Amino acid sequence: MTEKIRSILATDCGSTTTKAILIELTDEGYRLKVRGEAPTTVEKPFDDVTVGVVNAVTEVQELAKRPIIGEDGLIMVPQKGDAGVDLYLSTSSAGGGLQMLVAGVVRSMTAESAERAALGAGAIVMDTISSNDKRQPHEQIARIRHLRPDMILLSGGVDGGTTSHVAELAELIGAADPKPRLGSSYELPVVYAGNVEARPAVEEAIGEKTALAIVDNLRPTLDEENLDPARDEIHELFMEHVMAQAPGYDKLKSWTSAPVMPTPGAVGLIIQTIAKQRDISVIGVDIGGATTDVFSVFQGTFNRTVSANLGMSYSISNVMASAGLENVLRWVPFDIDESELRNRIKNKMVRPTTIPSLQRDLQVEQALAREALRLSLVQHKEFATELKGVRKSRDISEAFNQSGSGNTIVDMMALDLVVGSGGVLSHAPRRVQAALMLVDSFQPMGVTTLAVDSIFMMPQLGVLSSEQPVAATEVFERDCLVILGACIAPVGSSKGNKPLAHVRLELPEGNQEFDITPGELTRVALSPGQTANCHITPSKGVDVGAGPGQAFQKTIEGGEVGILLDGRGRPLHIPSSAKERVSAIEEWIENLDLYPRST
Amino acid sequence: MGHAYTPGLKVSDAADFVRSRILPIPGEVLVKQGDEVGPETVVARALLPGNVVTSNIARQLGVAAADIKDLLLVEEGSEVDKGQAIARSKGIFGLMKQTAEAPTAGVFESVSKVSGQAIFREEPIPVEVKAYVGGIVSEVEDTFGVHVDSRGTMVQGIFGIGPEVSGPIAMAGDDPTSPLLATDLKESHRGAILVGGSFAPLDTLRACIQQGVKALVIGGIDAADLKELLGYDLGVAITGNETVGLTLVVTEGFGQLAMSAKTHRLLADKAGQTASVSGATQIRAGVMRPEVLVPSEIHQIEETEVDAGLMHINSTVRIIRDPHFGALGRVADLPAEPHKLDTEAAVRILTVTLKDGEHVTLPRANVELVDERI
Repeated sequence: MTEKIRSILATDCGSTTTKAILIELTDEGYRLKVRGEAPTTVEKPFDDVTVGVVNAVTEVQELAKRPIIGEDGLIMVPQKGDAGVDLYLSTSSAGGGLQMLVAGVVRSMTAESAERAALGAGAIVMDTISSNDKRQPHEQIARIRHLRPDMILLSGGVDGGTTSHVAELAELIGAADPKPRLGSSYELPVVYAGNVEARPAVEEAIGEKTALAIVDNLRPTLDEENLDPARDEIHELFMEHVMAQAPGYDKLKSWTSAPVMPTPGAVGLIIQTIAKQRDISVIGVDIGGATTDVFSVFQGTFNRTVSANLGMSYSISNVMASAGLENVLRWVPFDIDESELRNRIKNKMVRPTTIPSLQRDLQVEQALAREALRLSLVQHKEFATELKGVRKSRDISEAFNQSGSGNTIVDMMALDLVVGSGGVLSHAPRRVQAALMLVDSFQPMGVTTLAVDSIFMMPQLGVLSSEQPVAATEVFERDCLVILGACIAPVGSSKGNKPLAHVRLELPEGNQEFDITPGELTRVALSPGQTANCHITPSKGVDVGAGPGQAFQKTIEGGEVGILLDGRGRPLHIPSSAKERVSAIEEWIENLDLYPRST
Repeated sequence: MGHAYTPGLKVSDAADFVRSRILPIPGEVLVKQGDEVGPETVVARALLPGNVVTSNIARQLGVAAADIKDLLLVEEGSEVDKGQAIARSKGIFGLMKQTAEAPTAGVFESVSKVSGQAIFREEPIPVEVKAYVGGIVSEVEDTFGVHVDSRGTMVQGIFGIGPEVSGPIAMAGDDPTSPLLATDLKESHRGAILVGGSFAPLDTLRACIQQGVKALVIGGIDAADLKELLGYDLGVAITGNETVGLTLVVTEGFGQLAMSAKTHRLLADKAGQTASVSGATQIRAGVMRPEVLVPSEIHQIEETEVDAGLMHINSTVRIIRDPHFGALGRVADLPAEPHKLDTEAAVRILTVTLKDGEHVTLPRANVELVDERI
């Protein structure tokens, strides 16, 4: 079927903006032709997400100079002559996305596995109920009643284990008799993915009160997670029940050639594909208007977290509230009145679709983005852990080590690639701004490649990969993933002000050598398409990837930014006095050519 | 390109509005289609199921959950008093019997033979829904509630806090550009929907609460004052349940911002009339903005609603972000191609001619349509 598809239109209905891309089959394969965007229309007088879709597609057809929307106001599928497209796909996180409640018997075991399944399916987890979460049953019931989730995922027990705790949880849900968030005319979908032997008890407790779906246990044994059946069922029910209730979705569903996918689920697909194809450790981040999603693949394990209230428009005020004024201000390269800053942030919150047109406004938004990214990675590290409760065999040296099971698997030194997505990163006026936002917030260690989603189209390519994997891969490699360059960040300190490390770059035109000096941040050009063999010799006690004091070598890909030599330390050191801070940031801005010089 | 989409808030003296007044669960609807209702009319009532209290009675008795049903002294579904015996163990040779008691008064709903957990439901909680706005009941949703239709003045704010209230409109002054000071408040403002000008500092907000003002409609407030008033930093704009003692409707934004002349004039025209005000704001999916509704029977001015969000050459717009935040102007040009801003971002822009004749170029995202002539 692939060869017959000449054109693909894909939209992503975000909470703030609806983005549309047009992909066409050319002599070079599938390529991105144009993109368009318009505000998402969940606000009155429209109350219909398809209005925003049509507005974004209208921009696409104007730029592509060919008709896509017919006289009846609908997207023309299939393509006839120059008009219409062969395939129309969409993802969505408008309508608040998929909001779920998860429940499991033990907080750090089945409940956590259930949380991973829900997050992996693209949900926002509103709360996690477990038998040992220290809440009284009546408090748990009150919480379930109050939350009104779109769906519940219930798990608990390994197969063949005790059934009474799972039955108790099901009874709590039954007693709460929760109503879905959108529309009271349908039964709340509940997915049961727990101990197979507790199925009859669960059916008895909630079978009649809810739309119960039963799938394989997501934690069949203590040392095994089986999340796919639960994730697939969540997707299925999301399309069937939840999306149908949101304004305009029934219409959108009828337009698309394949089911509408939750945006984070689609981005997760793409991140996993990159990690697999390149056999590397990856962190992907999608910073949206309302939420920030972090995806990672370490040791072949995929994890996703949603920081539900960290975002650049609807949730921008919460970034300030969560990070604290001081943490935000440390990234701002000028003095600003606190009251003025607070008003600016609140004005963005109440008018989330506005964009900065002044340099200082942009710098404040990028400061807030750093904090949103930093906080969301902290949350991700806490969640992306080894399976808890697994009995490990240990040798004598490990027996003296206090770390038990459940350590984070996010290892910033082992990280190969960071991919940033979302308006503030993808649309940063200079790519080096996006690179530094990623470096400042994530503080990668050793040698790490930095990339962005060129025009913020990972969600659309994620959904496309499920239908047309060839087209998705071609567009992703050629038009979506933009390699910015690499960051080299030594960890540890050198004596006096001696260089932290010496870097030798082997290039076709000759070698180049640099020192990484404590406190300094500099940039070395390495153009897109170029690669360089990089030899790093750290000072005694300093680690760049091979262990303290050990030389390290890696091939580095060039990009629009080149190589950032980051001697600022890990954790990153920023002077605490306002004067010294402004002076340090000004120096970094100058070294990196971060902003236009007129300001 | 001749037009573009942009959002806008509704400010009209001749708007039709329908407000759904729906119970959270089925109950009793107290009015019928065609009835005339006032803001305080109770239109529907229901009894919310009482809170649930659980008790593992099998564990209390030291018996297997599977056996618990045989030991019940009270049938499932019965009403019970607090402390009433629910189940009793057989003991050893009839001795040392253990008794499980009801932890609360209410209904003993069920006990699980898998977990041994008993569920008791307390007395139902009554809930009432008022009409909120004066009008006619246009539709009854059986056992759930009604839709109230009304016409009149409608002013949407950009942000608000506090619950639904109603009361007479009182104007604090005649200048939409002046801040409202605590000293401007009068005894006659008690119970009123007070309309101020550009800005209300914290001491004014506190004075309003002290004075018993039901709602304040104001151009701007300071974010730091809001934090003080609420006692916490509002992270996400989902409001309506605040209990600070004042419903607040901010019409323009945060900072000192003159209230739109049209908003001020429309509300001044309705001084003394009963208005319904809600501070509920939800800037997420299913967006809700705070509102002031003043039903009236006569349409004196023709409908001048904004044309469904379409911006044309000569449309009147308000700039909603710095620079020129709050300024009104007319659209002079809507070029199709993206332009570079000072930040170097390439975005779609428009050119606006301000009141004083100055031409400014802005991102399209930074204006909103207003149905105001300048």
